[in-house]
Amino acid sequence: MTVPRMRFTFWKAIFLLIMSAGIYCTYLRFFHGLGASTNLSDQFPWGLWIGFDVMCGVMLAAGGFTLTAAVEIFNIKRFHSIVRPTVLTAFLGYLLVCGALMYDLGLPWNIWHPLVMRNPHSVMFEVAWCVMLYTTVLALEFSPIVLEHFNLQKPLKIVRSVMVVFVILGVLLSTLHQSSLGTLYLIMPNKLHAFWWSPLLPVFFFISAIAVGLAMTIFESSMSSKYFGRELELPILRDLGRVLVVVLALYGILKFEDLYHRGVLKLVFVPSYAQRFFLLEIFLSVLIPLGMLLVPKIRESAQGLYLAAVLTLLGFVTNRLNVTITGVESAVGARYAPKWTEVVITAMFVALGFAIFGLAARYLPIFPEEKKAQIPAFREPAYAEVAVPVHAGD
Amino acid sequence: MSKGILYDATLCIGCKQCEQACATENGLPYDDKIAEQAVTSAHKYTVVLTKDDKFMRRLCMNCDDPACASVCPVGAMKKTALGPVTYDKGRCMGCRYCMAACPFSVPKYEWDKAVPGVRKCTMCSPRVAGGKPTACAEICPTGATKFGDRDELLEEAKKRIHDNPGNYLPHIFGETEVGGTSVMLLSSVGFNQFGYRTDLTERALPMYTYQVLSRIPDFVPLFGVLLGGVYWITHRREDVAQAEAEEKQRKGGVQ
Repeated sequence: MTVPRMRFTFWKAIFLLIMSAGIYCTYLRFFHGLGASTNLSDQFPWGLWIGFDVMCGVMLAAGGFTLTAAVEIFNIKRFHSIVRPTVLTAFLGYLLVCGALMYDLGLPWNIWHPLVMRNPHSVMFEVAWCVMLYTTVLALEFSPIVLEHFNLQKPLKIVRSVMVVFVILGVLLSTLHQSSLGTLYLIMPNKLHAFWWSPLLPVFFFISAIAVGLAMTIFESSMSSKYFGRELELPILRDLGRVLVVVLALYGILKFEDLYHRGVLKLVFVPSYAQRFFLLEIFLSVLIPLGMLLVPKIRESAQGLYLAAVLTLLGFVTNRLNVTITGVESAVGARYAPKWTEVVITAMFVALGFAIFGLAARYLPIFPEEKKAQIPAFREPAYAEVAVPVHAGD
Repeated sequence: MSKGILYDATLCIGCKQCEQACATENGLPYDDKIAEQAVTSAHKYTVVLTKDDKFMRRLCMNCDDPACASVCPVGAMKKTALGPVTYDKGRCMGCRYCMAACPFSVPKYEWDKAVPGVRKCTMCSPRVAGGKPTACAEICPTGATKFGDRDELLEEAKKRIHDNPGNYLPHIFGETEVGGTSVMLLSSVGFNQFGYRTDLTERALPMYTYQVLSRIPDFVPLFGVLLGGVYWITHRREDVAQAEAEEKQRKGGVQ
């Protein structure tokens, strides 16, 4: 086990480096203002922190609602063993999004204002409420893991008895705000390039969130098996890969139809700044992963699935950055590239995410223990576990 | 009656007294250096642009149905009945959605401050509420910037174009742009030469988001029941299976 230990110390060094740079940038941000710590301007009020930390953060956490819906609501039991890591990722993701938001907001100490100052006509108001409520729901969905660790049976029983309500609420809230992040841009028909501004923006954001939720789960399981020495749940990942094919195909067809009906399709063949980024996005998010996953040999292999998932993730990250940055740049005629401080803060939140996930995986019962399962007396008491899966093959 | 401003570029002489009066009214610094700046900013709410011998003002258009007020999650931006679109820093949390959403890119931010706010022309809301014209209209020596009832100003603008068609573009900027604005502009040369977008929709922008948002209250119970229903059906099958299995086991035990 000496080799993995070496790796971990290397990553620890990187982590400490990012964190110390992050602390310095935090000082710059809060004592010298957004002007000193970002390249944001009056022409470009939203940058990397909104584009990546918030938009991509929420998107990458979509595995939580996708998997809980599949397992708890649709009762697909074979996905059960991977629900916990995805709920952990989602919970962590939303906490990090809230953290990053504190950097981006000009007056972060007023973040509670939407609770008492209401403007129901504002998409941001709806997103604020959904994210707030969903983070609470995720905390409750995550709580059994902590309660189990400390063997608190009574609260565990209470939480489990109402879990279904939380799950349904979570899926509902996720559907609303994942799509609403797209709705945010509907009010800017003149400030977002025609590649991305579409009346279907909320639909695209929602479908891509599901695709990313699936891809993120594949990515995560592959990583966990690599770094925590867990057995790879290949049959499960293959199933997820199949679902991903369908979701990506739906997304791709809808995208094509949307561009066609809005008369934007011809722009795809005219070289431009926006066109290059659009093509990059489409190839990474849909064409290449879909092409790969349609080949049975790739779809069945661990490496193939992993690579397709990573490309899908990169593709939709590109999509969110295109909507928030490239598409706006092209429409308002201004250029934006993040300042180093912006990149450091973003890197800090990503590093925090990896570190906390690692810690949680080590100290909390995130993964079902293969060894424990062999002990006959052990009965996995989780909410969806039922003893006789007669119709499991549905 | 909703108030408005009519700016007639053909009457403007570029004296920039409106800039000065605006700065004084809003407690902003103003000197020769600031007068030279040809963009609006957090410390300059209006600017007189010069191109050859033509002039054009830029200021907040104070839209009839403003995107900024519609998107603000905490209602810091508000359209008042009198016309001005106001900003309340006490409510603001600094999300800058107003800046992103404004079709004219009017709201500016105090990027240098540790406690920043949004800054923009508010059509002299306190003055207008007190029955006075805006500072820029009051100071204007030629009547290029005129304050009054929006409806009357619109009629007057139409009349000016009608009486003097050679002098004006046949277009009142702000009559229909993004559903109409309290500030309206007349010019002899293209508005786009001064950075005004001429490809703006005539629809009020908040309708784009409202047509989605307004469906949420209907969507929530439907989708909630759907999800609950799917759960009920998929798990019912299981309960039956379990009951049958138990039944079997019990019978087996008896035998």
